[in-house]
Order: sequence, then structure tokens, then C-alpha cells
Amino acid sequence: MTKTEKRNLKVGLCFISPWIAGFVLLTLYPLISSAYLSLTDYSVLSKPVYIGFDNYERLAVDDLFWKSIWNTFYFAALSIPINLVSALFLAVLLNFDMPGKKIFRTIYFLPSLVPMVCLGVLWQWMLNGEIGLINQALAPVCDTLNYLLGTSLKPPNWLVNPAYAKLGLVLASMWGVGNAVVIFLAGLQDVPRSLYEAAELDGCGFWQKTFHVTLPIISPVIYFNGIMSLIGSFQVFAVPYVMTNGGEGPGRSLLFAATYVFNKGFQAWSMGYACAVALILFLIILALTLLATHVFERHVHYAAK
Amino acid sequence: MPPLKPLIITILSFGLVGYLLFSDGDDPKPRADGRIEIEYWEKWTGFEREAMAELVDEYNASQDKVFVDFLSVSNIDRKLMLATAGGNPPDLAGLWTVNLPVFASNGALMPLDSMLATSSLEPDAYLPSIWEQVVVYDRVWGLPTTPGTIALHWNKRLFREAGLDPERPPRTIAELEEYNDRLTRFNDDGRIEIMGHMPIEPGWWSANWSIWFGGDIWNGEDQVTADSEANMAVLDWVESYPDRYGSDSLMAFRQLSGVFASPENPFFRERIAMVLQGPWMYNFINNFAPDDFEWGVAPFPTWREEDYGASLVESDCLVIPQGSAHPEEAFAFIAWLQQPEQLERLNLAQQKFSPLKEVSEDFYDRHPNPHIHTYRELAENSHARMRPQMVTFNEFSSDMVNAIDEIMRDEKTAEQAAEEIQNRQQDLFSRKYESWLKVREARLKEWDER
Repeated sequence: MTKTEKRNLKVGLCFISPWIAGFVLLTLYPLISSAYLSLTDYSVLSKPVYIGFDNYERLAVDDLFWKSIWNTFYFAALSIPINLVSALFLAVLLNFDMPGKKIFRTIYFLPSLVPMVCLGVLWQWMLNGEIGLINQALAPVCDTLNYLLGTSLKPPNWLVNPAYAKLGLVLASMWGVGNAVVIFLAGLQDVPRSLYEAAELDGCGFWQKTFHVTLPIISPVIYFNGIMSLIGSFQVFAVPYVMTNGGEGPGRSLLFAATYVFNKGFQAWSMGYACAVALILFLIILALTLLATHVFERHVHYAAK
Repeated sequence: MPPLKPLIITILSFGLVGYLLFSDGDDPKPRADGRIEIEYWEKWTGFEREAMAELVDEYNASQDKVFVDFLSVSNIDRKLMLATAGGNPPDLAGLWTVNLPVFASNGALMPLDSMLATSSLEPDAYLPSIWEQVVVYDRVWGLPTTPGTIALHWNKRLFREAGLDPERPPRTIAELEEYNDRLTRFNDDGRIEIMGHMPIEPGWWSANWSIWFGGDIWNGEDQVTADSEANMAVLDWVESYPDRYGSDSLMAFRQLSGVFASPENPFFRERIAMVLQGPWMYNFINNFAPDDFEWGVAPFPTWREEDYGASLVESDCLVIPQGSAHPEEAFAFIAWLQQPEQLERLNLAQQKFSPLKEVSEDFYDRHPNPHIHTYRELAENSHARMRPQMVTFNEFSSDMVNAIDEIMRDEKTAEQAAEEIQNRQQDLFSRKYESWLKVREARLKEWDER
């Protein structure tokens, strides 16, 4: 390292020191201390008592913990692809050169600005089986199908039926796709026009251009949105918490890992146990992120490489 | 050496984050008038807050030594526990008596016995069903302010339409279900149009149903009794609902329960005829029900005739958190508020009844709620019961809510649900109980020394 490089490194470190200070004190320290607390019997007020791996042994046979993990995986498996595809679809539409596109972009981004709690209250109404807007819209569809096919379909009772509660939440989570749409749009606008022109000269149509030019070029953006969506869906908490009025949903179908951490830590005051659940959730997200990085590495195209 | 500017920024940023994290917060600044300022957190909002704010103002105007700074705080139980753990609690706080076992066993509150002994307050002056709630581990942890009981609220018009005597509510569970069958109406597509009664509307006391079935969910020491005869009778009663009305119909009807405090409430919309509720209904009915809404209040029916008059009694209470900077001044305010005159004013303004045995002659004449006598009599009844002082009550409650939901959806039988709750809750409770036994002696000694 030359003298200038050393000096630049020091200056650089100084400039990012506010972040380093925040990271060390507000993220790293809590992470390490929660790892320690997960090995203790700790009720927030009294001193933590070291109990080894007792919390983890209890977790292994705790039905509610496994239910919360299953619910979280189920929700993630549904919401990640649906949200990614719908965000990409919207971004492609909003990328067309048409009058008023800026207004449309704003409209599709607006729901992302709604605070989580408001979103929860709003969707509690939207998904109400009797008076909710979703079922008001579905009722004529069901009636038509029943008339044509002789079936007896009924709009579902979203928030009181365990089979539909998570689907309802996935619908609600689609409101937050605005952020991903903006990132996709930025990626789409970065695709060099020359590539499209070359593809057109080769006789490519819309779909061929999409699959052979657009998607490979924006693959880093898809990867980024995918990872963010993965992390977000594994941490889902606020919207289901509000939608169920602080409960766990019908048949505990909306009991997610983050909800379980909250219930154990701040309702049962079993903070040591809650830390153990949180640490496992952290390890799951970390492992899945590393797995996704490894699997998609070959499919992500970086222009600089 | 790095240039000066970035170095200064680095030092400042670490300093700022360190200060924010480790500083003790604001040291209370002495007031200009030399009075000691005590911080008082309370859960109330709206007219309930106003009622207390008026009394606080009067107290502040009445003397020149202490100034009570009154603050409305949401989710107060959670925030008070965390503030106490963080070493920065208020001097005084308003909790619910149901919080006391958990707060006391965690050492989050100051026992009030010694201060109580030097004051003019007498435990005998309070209704026994209310006083017993503030006593945990033989020590007093708070003083009651605004109590409440829960009772059957019924819609007289719907009774009349079903051919029932609107002035004669059911007295036993069997009678309740007989009325239920007569009141419940289905529309043409098989959906429930009007329901007589449903245990999950609103379902706020799912863990306490055993009170009306003559039993309990805990033996008061080391055993959870979710599978007791009384609690089994509760779950069997719940199981009769999907059998009689169909789980799909019940679930569809359940969708009607939107926001409680709104005109969408099915009781105010006259879609359900009987609900288990409390004295606050007077205010909500005035605000959200139709003008010609006719309603009555009576003890909730019981499984056995001899238990008629049973109810759950709860109360708000004032506590002094561990670490309070001015406990004596805080207690002086509590003692002032506990005077009969102040308690009556607070309860009149909050539309509740006084926790004291004696009330002034015109208290009921001045009370806006025409049914206040009924709630008060429930608190005086020998069958009045508090929530069990079980430290895992929140978890038990969550399991009962879920079990009742599963039985209603016809996914589990009463026996399966009871067995699951019993196993899980006994395990959870035993662990907490063992932890408590380990620190019990030290805690008791600590409390006695205060």
C-alpha cells in the first residue's frame, strides 16, 4: 500500500466513521448481546441467568415456534415471487413511452408511502368477508362462474379462515411493491438502446427482446430486489400484527417468527427465549441470502465484469 | 496523520452516538417555583384522561411542594416495564391490576406496605373483591382507582321480536342457549342474519369463562387447571355452537366484528342480541348505537344456578415503579386521590363505580349510567372473581383464544383443545414457577427491607 493509498484509507474510514459507530453500537453490539442472552433465563428486569442451550432445547420441541417458522416460509414462498413478478410487470408497463407516464409512476409508488400500521388497518377493512372491497369485487365474478359452470363458489372469509389468511396478507403486501418498481424502472432505463436496435435488426420481437436483452441486463437489479424481498418477507410483522389486532390470526395462521419473538419478549417477558428465536431467524435469513447469492451468481450479469 | 476535519467528524460522531446511548437522559431540572416535579404516566385517553387531568390540576393548585406532570402513554404496561428496566421510569404510573403479578415478581414495582402503614388509608375501606387484586405475595403493589365488572348486555327489541320477555334475561347457560336458538335467524342464502349470542363476540375474556362455570384455570400455587371440570364445561359449551349453527355460518358472521368502538359493532347494529361487556358500553352505545336502542344489563348466566351473580372484577390501579426518583411524593398524590371524594369524582367522570365500600348518598343519583348499580352489585357479590394472579396468564389467554377459535371452526374437539392447553401451559408455568422459587427468598427479603 502506497503512502497515498494509506492516507486515503484513513480519510475514507474517518468519513464513514458515523456509520461505523452506528453499526458497532446499534447493530453489532445488540447482535452479540442477544446471542449471549439467548443462552440465559432473562426477563428484562432481573439479571440474566446462564442456562446453556436450554432455550434451544425447548425451541426444538415448541410447536408454536415451528408453526411460526412454517408460516414464515409459507408467506415468503408466496409473496417473494408474486411481488417480484408484479413489480417487474408494472415497471415494464411504466417504462413504455406514453402520455402521463410520470403520473402513473407516482400513482403506483404512492401506496409504498403509507405507514405499515395504516396499511394494516386499511387491509383489515379491504379483506373483511362481509363488507370488504375485495369480496365486493369478487362476488359478481363468483356469481357469473356459478351461473355458467353450475358451481357454488363464494368469496372467501379472508381473515377468519386459516386457509385464506396468508393469501390475504400476500395481497396486502403487494401494496408495498412501489419501491421495487422504482428500482426496476431505474434498471430498465439503464438498458442500452443499442442492444435493442441490434436485436431488432436480428428480427427479435417484444418477448425475445425482453427475455434475451432486458432481463439479462437488469439481472443485478432483479437479484437485489429478490434479496430485499426475501429479507422483508422473513421479517414480516407490523401488517399482520395490526390486521389481527395484536393476535395471531385464525388457527395461528398469521403467527410469524417475528411475531413470536415479540410475543415472547414483550408479552411473556421471556427475553432469553425471544433472543434464541430471533437468532435462529437471523441465521435462516443469512443462510437463505448466501444460498441465493450462490445459486444466482452465474445468472446475474454485471456489465463491469 | 489524517487531516484534521475528518478526525474531528469521527470523534464527534462516536461522541454523539455514545452520549445518546449511555447518557442518563435529562436530569430533572428544578422548577422555577422550587416544587418537586413528579412524572405520572397513565393509560387513559379522551374523556377518561380529562377526568384525571382535572384532578391532577386541582392537586397541583392545592399545595406548593409537588407538581404532578401528567402524561398519557399508550401500551403503558410494556413501556413501563422497559422504562423501569432502562433505569428511567416515571415516579408514578397507572396500570391494570392484572399486570401486578408479573410486575411484582420481576421486581418492577415498589411494595407500598410501609407507606400505607403510615397513611390514613385502610384496606377495609375497599370492596374485598377489588382490594384482593392489589395484594400479590402478601404485599400491596398498587391502589385501586377505577374498577369494572362485566355483565350480560341484551337488546330488548330483538328479545321482543323473538317473542321473549324483554325484561327477563337468561339466568343459566342452558337458558341462554334456549334464548339463543330463538333469537338466531338465518337469511335465504343460509347466512346468519341475527345471532342470539356467540362466545367469541367480542371474545375478550376467553381465558375467564370458567368463572361463570364455577371453576378456575389455576390452583393458586403450582398447577394450571385448563382441564378442570369447569373449563371442560366451557369448551364443551363452545363446541355446541358449530354443531348447532354450522362453523361456516359462524365464521361468516364473525366477519361482522370490525372495530369495536364504531357503528360497525354488531351489537350496536342490532345483529347480535346478547354480549358480555362492561360499564364502558353506556358511552359507546350513546355514541354509536341508534337513538332508539333499547338495552338492559344483568349478571351473565351461569352453568350452575347457585353461581348466578358471578362476574370478573378488574380495576385500574396506581403504582410506584422501582427506581422512582420521588416515591414519597408519588405516594402522597396517591393517598390524596384515594380520598372518597376524589375517587367518586374520578369514577363519576369516567362513568365507573367507586372501589370503596361506602359511597356518598347522591353518587348513584349523579351517575350518568342508569345500570351502574348492576355493575357495582356484581363487585359486591360473593361470586365476584378476579383474574388469576398467574404469571403466565397472557400465554394462557392466547392459548384459550386460539382453542375456542379452533373449536368454533370445527377443527378440534373440546378434549383435544383442553389437553393441548393443559400440557403447554403447565410446562410454561412450571418453568416460570421454578425460576420464581429460585429468587423467591431474596425477593421477599428485599421487599421487607424497603
